[in-house]
Amino acid sequence: MPKAVRFVLLLVGAFVFLFPFYYMLIGSLQTEPDSTVRGAFPSPDNLTGHNYAEINAAINLGRSLLNSGIFTGGVILGTMVFGVLAGYALARLQFRGRGAVFALMLLVQVIPFQLLTIPLYVMIVRGYGLADSYLGMILPFAINSTAVFVFRQYFLQLPQELFDAARVDGAGELTTLVRIAIPLVKPALLTGVLLTFIGPWNEFLWPFLITKQQDLQPLAVSLSNYLTTVAARAANPFGAVLAGACVLAAPAVVLFLVFQRRFISSSLESGVKG
Amino acid sequence: MRWLLGKQPAGTAFVTPYVVFLAAVFAYPLGFAVYMSFHDYFFAAPGAIVDRPFVGFENYVTVLSDPAVRRSFLNVGIFLLINVPLTVVLALLLATALNTAIRWRTFFRVSYYVPYVTASVALVGVWLFLFNENGLVNSILGPLAPDPSWLVNSKLAMPTIAVYVTWKQLGFFILLYLAALQNVSKDLYEAASMDGAGKAKSFWNVTVPGVRPATTLVVLLATVTGANLFTEPYLLTGGGGPDGASASPVLIMYQRGIEQGNPDIGAAIGVLLVIGVLLLALLQRRLLERES
Repeated sequence: MPKAVRFVLLLVGAFVFLFPFYYMLIGSLQTEPDSTVRGAFPSPDNLTGHNYAEINAAINLGRSLLNSGIFTGGVILGTMVFGVLAGYALARLQFRGRGAVFALMLLVQVIPFQLLTIPLYVMIVRGYGLADSYLGMILPFAINSTAVFVFRQYFLQLPQELFDAARVDGAGELTTLVRIAIPLVKPALLTGVLLTFIGPWNEFLWPFLITKQQDLQPLAVSLSNYLTTVAARAANPFGAVLAGACVLAAPAVVLFLVFQRRFISSSLESGVKG
Repeated sequence: MRWLLGKQPAGTAFVTPYVVFLAAVFAYPLGFAVYMSFHDYFFAAPGAIVDRPFVGFENYVTVLSDPAVRRSFLNVGIFLLINVPLTVVLALLLATALNTAIRWRTFFRVSYYVPYVTASVALVGVWLFLFNENGLVNSILGPLAPDPSWLVNSKLAMPTIAVYVTWKQLGFFILLYLAALQNVSKDLYEAASMDGAGKAKSFWNVTVPGVRPATTLVVLLATVTGANLFTEPYLLTGGGGPDGASASPVLIMYQRGIEQGNPDIGAAIGVLLVIGVLLLALLQRRLLERES
């Protein structure tokens, strides 16, 4: 491929990838939906914030965002606390059953989650009565095996002398972890937080299954309910849907743009290491 | 004590929450799914003692003789036939183009990756806007627009979903290929050009075999994505229409298992789906490895 052809190909690709985002934003700001080509370049007098007010009246954006935040925050907290503990133990501590836990961690990654949807629903909703609760939402995602694996890789890269020195000084394992190991892998842990964020923030099926009460639904769920039920009867349904879509997309996209180097390098690493 | 727990018994304490989690959220539900699929399992009030007799393969017979279920497995086949080759070809092509010193490299990487980090529910909103009867795509196509339109056309609904998912996931696979391309030896390209191979020939003879492990992974991950398909048919095509032409197995599993209250049927669909994915993964591995 000559360089110019390559550049044009990449440019066309970028347009295909970015245009829907541009269109989402424009559509969310238009008074009258205009689906002709001219509609993609709106005139200033057709712009309004009304769609945001409409979607806010229909699904209470603040509450939905709070729910998304609690769900996502809970998953991140669980993944970080328990994931770091497990990852550290697997990387640095000699204990009985370490090999078995490691094998289990790898095995779990090949079990497709969809098989577990129905039994988890029966257990969590019918068995434990955790429907319409944050705990029920968070529970299946509370620890992420991929995260445990990634944390283990970080801790493995630290020099053994540090740990020997800490042990000579009489530090306990928890102290060593908190005072020595964690500060050294701090940048890597931020990557862990970022990667964990997109999962629950974008997750749809599970919270959709277990939240029927509107004031507990994360934004992805309440927006989809608006899409399937109310949209057909609203004045400018797409305007309101696109306004909601912008609000749902914004936090993940902004985090990604700010930290894009970390996102991309960690994906590259997971690609190389499998 | 040391003999029982090993040199650093704190490790056992550190992994206990994780192991408990795996037992509660993976191992137990996995067994429970298989158990349910072989019993007449139904929803009952919490704590109620009800008889749930063993029924052998009865649930599986019900599932396999259900035309909607068969259709959903066919649909996922159509999805994979479009999504997997498209993903592999486009991701490899774009990654190869990105792997050279080219202007705006970071900009391109970022733009390809953005859909991957964005919620599908949000992006589905835009696609509905783009691909509905009076959407931008049809107004550009004019008289060439398909009738019935994309998402309500029983021949085009599933392909449209497959293209949507390809678009959304492609950024991740481009990065996978970019990483794999770093590992292809420069010497091989030099050797190929010494032998008089052109750009196209060295792409085919050096790049494609060089990234084969990545291709195996891409094919496997794309297959798993296809098997997990739910949000897109549910939202893009109003619950898997028209006439079930875009219903996915997970969608049918949700309808039968939860909406209609037959978790045993839902569990049986889940078990069949997983067996299907495993067989497909084995088959793909065989095919991809034999070529090398």
